[in-house]
Amino acid sequence: MSLTLLFRLSSKEIYMQKYSLFSLARNALTGHKNWQKAWRSPPLRDEYEIIIIGAGGHGLATAYYLAKEFGITNVAVLERGWLGGGNVARNTVTVRSNYLRDQSIPFYVKSVNLYEGLTKDLNFNMMHSKRTMVDVVLNYPKMRDLRRRQLTMDIYGSTYKQITVDQVRKIIPALTGGGPESRLPIIGGMVHKDAGVNRHDAVAWGYARAADALGVEMHQQTAVTSLLRANNGGIKGVETVKGTVKAKKVIVAVSGHTTSLTETVGLRLPLRTMNLTAFVSEPIKPIVDVIVNCSDLGFYFSQSDKGELVIGGAPDSGQSFRRDIKQHIFEDTVGAMLELFPAFKKLKLLRQWGGHLDIAPDASPIMDETSVSGLYVTAGWWGGYKAIPAGGLTMAHHVATNSPHSLMQAFSYNRFKNLDYILETGTTTAR
Amino acid sequence: MKSHNRLKAGGRIDRSKRLSFNFNGKIYYGFEGDTLASAMLANGLNVISRSFKYHRPRGIIGSGVEDPASLVELLDEEASGNNLSTNVKLKEGLSAKSINCWPSVDFDFGAITQYFEKFIPAGFYYKTFKWPTWHLFEPLIRVAAGLANAPKMPPKSGHFESRNAHTDYLIIGAGPAGLLATLIAARSGANVFLVDQNTEAGGSLLSLNLSINKRPAMDWVDGVIKEISAMSNVTHLQDSTAWAYREHNLVVVNEREVENASIIERSWRIRAKKVIIATGAIERSLVFPNNDRPGVMLASAVQTFVSRYAVKPGENLVIFTNNDSVYSYIKDFKRAGINILAIVDSRKTIESDVLDYAADERVIPYSIIKNVNGYKKVNSVVVESFGDNGLEIISCDLLAHSGGWNPAVHLHSQSRGTVSFDEKIAAFIPDQYVQSAINIGACNGNFNLREIFDETKLFMLGQLSASKQMVYEEKLECNKQMYSIEALWSTDLLNEKNKAFFDIQNDVTHHDIQLALREGFSNIEHVKRYTTGGMGFDQGKTGNVNIIGAIADLEGIGLNDVGTTTFRSPFTPISFGSISGVREGAVVLPFRHTPVTKWNLEKGAFMYEAGARWRRPGYFPRDGESFQEAVNRECHAVRTGVGVYDGSPLGKFELKGENVGEFLDLIYTNMMSSLLPGNGRYGLMLTDDGLIFDDGVAFRIDQHRWFISTSSGHSDSVNQHMQKILAFDRPDLDVKITNITNQWNNATVCGPLARKLLQKLGTNIDLGNSSFPFMTFREGKIANIPARVIRVSFTGELSFEINVSPRNMLTLWEKIIKAGAEFDILPVGSEASHVLRVEKGFLSLGHEVDGTVDPYDLGMNWVMSKKKIDFIGKRSVHLRRSSGIVRRELVGLLPTNPDEAIPEGAPLTPKGKKVATEGFTTACVWSVVNNRWVGLALLENGHSRHGEEAYVRLKNKIIKAEITRPVFHDPDGKLLRS
Amino acid sequence: MLLIKCPFCKNRNETEFVYGGPVGANRPDPTRASDEEWVDFLTMVPNPTGPVHERWWHARGCGEWFIICRDTVTHEILETPIEKS
Repeated sequence: MSLTLLFRLSSKEIYMQKYSLFSLARNALTGHKNWQKAWRSPPLRDEYEIIIIGAGGHGLATAYYLAKEFGITNVAVLERGWLGGGNVARNTVTVRSNYLRDQSIPFYVKSVNLYEGLTKDLNFNMMHSKRTMVDVVLNYPKMRDLRRRQLTMDIYGSTYKQITVDQVRKIIPALTGGGPESRLPIIGGMVHKDAGVNRHDAVAWGYARAADALGVEMHQQTAVTSLLRANNGGIKGVETVKGTVKAKKVIVAVSGHTTSLTETVGLRLPLRTMNLTAFVSEPIKPIVDVIVNCSDLGFYFSQSDKGELVIGGAPDSGQSFRRDIKQHIFEDTVGAMLELFPAFKKLKLLRQWGGHLDIAPDASPIMDETSVSGLYVTAGWWGGYKAIPAGGLTMAHHVATNSPHSLMQAFSYNRFKNLDYILETGTTTAR
Repeated sequence: MKSHNRLKAGGRIDRSKRLSFNFNGKIYYGFEGDTLASAMLANGLNVISRSFKYHRPRGIIGSGVEDPASLVELLDEEASGNNLSTNVKLKEGLSAKSINCWPSVDFDFGAITQYFEKFIPAGFYYKTFKWPTWHLFEPLIRVAAGLANAPKMPPKSGHFESRNAHTDYLIIGAGPAGLLATLIAARSGANVFLVDQNTEAGGSLLSLNLSINKRPAMDWVDGVIKEISAMSNVTHLQDSTAWAYREHNLVVVNEREVENASIIERSWRIRAKKVIIATGAIERSLVFPNNDRPGVMLASAVQTFVSRYAVKPGENLVIFTNNDSVYSYIKDFKRAGINILAIVDSRKTIESDVLDYAADERVIPYSIIKNVNGYKKVNSVVVESFGDNGLEIISCDLLAHSGGWNPAVHLHSQSRGTVSFDEKIAAFIPDQYVQSAINIGACNGNFNLREIFDETKLFMLGQLSASKQMVYEEKLECNKQMYSIEALWSTDLLNEKNKAFFDIQNDVTHHDIQLALREGFSNIEHVKRYTTGGMGFDQGKTGNVNIIGAIADLEGIGLNDVGTTTFRSPFTPISFGSISGVREGAVVLPFRHTPVTKWNLEKGAFMYEAGARWRRPGYFPRDGESFQEAVNRECHAVRTGVGVYDGSPLGKFELKGENVGEFLDLIYTNMMSSLLPGNGRYGLMLTDDGLIFDDGVAFRIDQHRWFISTSSGHSDSVNQHMQKILAFDRPDLDVKITNITNQWNNATVCGPLARKLLQKLGTNIDLGNSSFPFMTFREGKIANIPARVIRVSFTGELSFEINVSPRNMLTLWEKIIKAGAEFDILPVGSEASHVLRVEKGFLSLGHEVDGTVDPYDLGMNWVMSKKKIDFIGKRSVHLRRSSGIVRRELVGLLPTNPDEAIPEGAPLTPKGKKVATEGFTTACVWSVVNNRWVGLALLENGHSRHGEEAYVRLKNKIIKAEITRPVFHDPDGKLLRS
Repeated sequence: MLLIKCPFCKNRNETEFVYGGPVGANRPDPTRASDEEWVDFLTMVPNPTGPVHERWWHARGCGEWFIICRDTVTHEILETPIEKS
């Protein structure tokens, strides 16, 4: 331990091993034997101040901000499987803030800002690459829709700019389809400079490691089987495969399984679980430097630092917990991509996967304390990867201060009581 | 270079067909039947590529899909990125080059990374490259990563194709198990698909010199193929990979050798009643220091190259094994003239009948390979014997190793079947089934041909009825194959100095695995992600189970406790072209066009994609005219003379039945049932959550017969909406709906001179305003064409919608244009229509209606029937409004500067401050009647703010505008009723 | 891609059908239902990890709407409507 370089994280007297070029070099001399565990595995206690169910992006971020911003460290994150194994491991790592409505834009602007500072904040390289997203637009109503988005985004300092067809082709030289003779010629594009991609595992591991250093406990393979209610109707803890754990506040951050858990205390939520898939190509040398999105055809992709194209498309229809691939939807997505990138015909699919997520009637998230006092949910994340930092921060604020953060207020469950929807559909690939 | 490694005889190559190929710019020769790998080996090529991270030289390791290293980039005609040379069929003129090296594979500058490898352990990038910013390092990392180049162009010729098939049996794998299963199923008369990824059938029998019924096993294979190829109920797809096993027994197959040469690849979606997985087994690597050196090969690969391709990969061989499988190769190796220097077997005791195969060889039991020497080619190995703790260096140029066999459970696992670790064969085998499938043969953990035949026969005959049991009564006599194994997941995890590779492509070593565990990344998924083990082109076919085993060893738990990572599709990389199939151009997005589309194009119309795949003219520009001038001209024609537009894309439905009136009252906000025949009404449809969904008109033809129109883009969803209500909510209603969108086309003539024009065209309909008033329809003839003429107006002017049969549409259109010449008629595009409707304050879906507004927001209180107790959306509209939420209401905007346009979509904010918006501009057009810009907006409490000032907030500018009623032309609607 | 049994057309590929959502509560009488009941009807749907009844429309086929019961975990179709002709 003597040689291990420690450093202070936030103002707390808690230290974690510093990651840097120097620590890497120093450890190289000792055969990398002195690296600490990224997070500890303490025994599960029978009571915590706060329990967070789900060690995915939102659960871990909430844990970190509870500790860092509000000094609440008597927190356990309970995970059914392995840490970071939910949708944070299954998405296309696109981070952006090009939304339509006042309720959404500032929230995502905040999230993008937090992402940009996360590497320093967590002392863990997120490999955040602010590499710009280009919406390739093939029809005028879509362009009008995106221009409307731009004009509202201007108010909140998120950048969006219309570009010509020639500019689109200059930024994306590999885009050789969509010419004047094609079925849907490109009519222009929108550039979103704030958009970026990063490394999803790093997000999960970085938050977990930093939260752990501040005193939060990570418990993997600790499935919560039901929530527990006190006589007064409020939450009193959870039942897990390892026994009962008490807590006055419980946060459910389990994506597709939200309703399965809340229904154990008779709480119904307006959520449906659906499957969304993604796939990667074989690794190739750099060919596309930006995130390409074409919602008119229904696909988007970016190239990972490893060289794989990371490609997403439309969601499946029907509820599903199967994490499977619908062949026809997958084929449509590939066909859409080849329409603009015909040279990719001989490029190969390397790996594909599905993930289930829950969606509310208006496709916007629900972040709120529920009617069961002390029970909080952060759910309905349709494209929730980009929301992890802001989601975690505002959720922590709500739980710690008993009042919602101004950025999340609109995402209250109460909006459904008045059928007051926040419609943000069609932001990426709704056809 | 001469083919000095080619054997004089034997193998399944055709020595009469010599093929030339180009590798890294040099010409070499091989034979028909070769793979690129076998031809390269025959030519003595050792270093094929460089590894991902350390740029270590990499040679050929496997002989098929399992090979982790021999990646090449194909060029010219066959251009494609990463390809396993072991999977590339040799063709005349094939051109390939090494990947991940510069300037050449023999001298690779990137190999310099080996000198600072200490500083780049697994996951190093998480710990560094943070300061000052990742963006400084990312471009370098990206260039360094990425393996091959992507093809720059699509294939010059040929196309891809997809097919669907349904079958009784889909048999995957044409090895002994698959062939026997096929034969039995085929003889029973069932429909059978046999799919095999190899270039020829036979599976393991292609490489192993076994005998069946005292004849070479391949004779039996040939006999089976001959028999099934004559059967019409069998479809045999060779050189075809079953790469995905989806829900409901759907298996996707990629066929590469298609009978029609113009088809590059074909994709099959095969739905089978029973899927028989006979995918065999894949040999595992052994993990020992420097096990990645060229010349270190899988034992099965050496056997395959020797006996199938007649190639001798080396002269002096050392074998390293932990199982029996290698012993049966000895006779073939010797026949090929290879000197077997030693068989290093990690097991203490080896069965005597196994040792019989090595009677003349030096077997060193209870020993391991401690290290491999040589950089671009093995030159010696260090053997450590546990028995006497002795070290021995043996010079050799080839090391064949076998870590045992993994049943190819990939497809079983994709089907959601589970696997469990079987201690006896030290491998994961199929456990539970979720779909209608069965694993037979080696993929079921059965490695003995005799038992495989028995198992297959038993299963297949069990599928057949008693009367069909005699379809297969042959006896199959064959060699006994022995298999026992003692698991050895790695030889020397404590070795500090040398790297032992678990994942040879991604350069994942025993150091990396241990580092991952040390840092707490102990779940198998964490190890995979942290080290990138098993995430390469080969997806860890030879290495993944070793990683699982190593974790088990290091953590002191069982392999079942470690578990496997998820087996994902595809089984092997599949080209996107074949996945997409025929989807190209109009197949991705089919065109819908009206009989007038061609006319529009000929007249130089600027066409827009208009929703629901329709293309419509936006405007008809004339030479030297600006966009605005063209639109103004068209608007002017409608306001002062006459214009015509093609309204054919409107959704149109005919409803018949006793309860149509009641039904329409349910789906529209206003009362429709009170209409008399011949009359119609404009109406809104809401969703049940009280938001506007569509608008259109409904007309009553007679007591029980109606027609309605919908917006062009929504006709499908309106149809679905109506059908669903009738199916589930109101099955009691007698209503039959027919979609007549494509049965009726219409030309809409509009403008003050519209009536005159119709009279000129000639009609038997009395066009007088009192006999044919607004919102009625008449049937008759226009210009001698049978027509249904409807008086509706979306422009605010006198307007006749002339509906005719599609076959008459173009005739009608041309007659209208011709007759209209004297009135200076103009065809009107959607841009002018947009201006005209904004001037009138008529709503437009996608502008004012964006899925958040209700009729009151738009000031359409009159459309919300007070008489009806219920209609779809009523309760919700009132529920939402009773909550007191501030609504955004439709207003008109008159920019303070009449020549200043407001960008469509621009937000309105209180006093123009940069704060949350209170509304947005839904449309802004140059009004030809007002000679100024006019706009529409949805604004908070807008109805009560007429006369006030609104502030349009742009990035660096504020535009002021007066808030008005949302109507700028003929506010009382006199003209459209004229 | 599911294989869905249409009561008229028998087993057909999912691509021929339009998904119509899970079967929730029946539409309550809007003049009698409380606000809460009404909102429940509009927003709450069953979301089980297991069998769910759902609606499908044979839009690119015979046009029939029908209900099946499908397991959301295995995707196995457990109940199909009675065959019609």
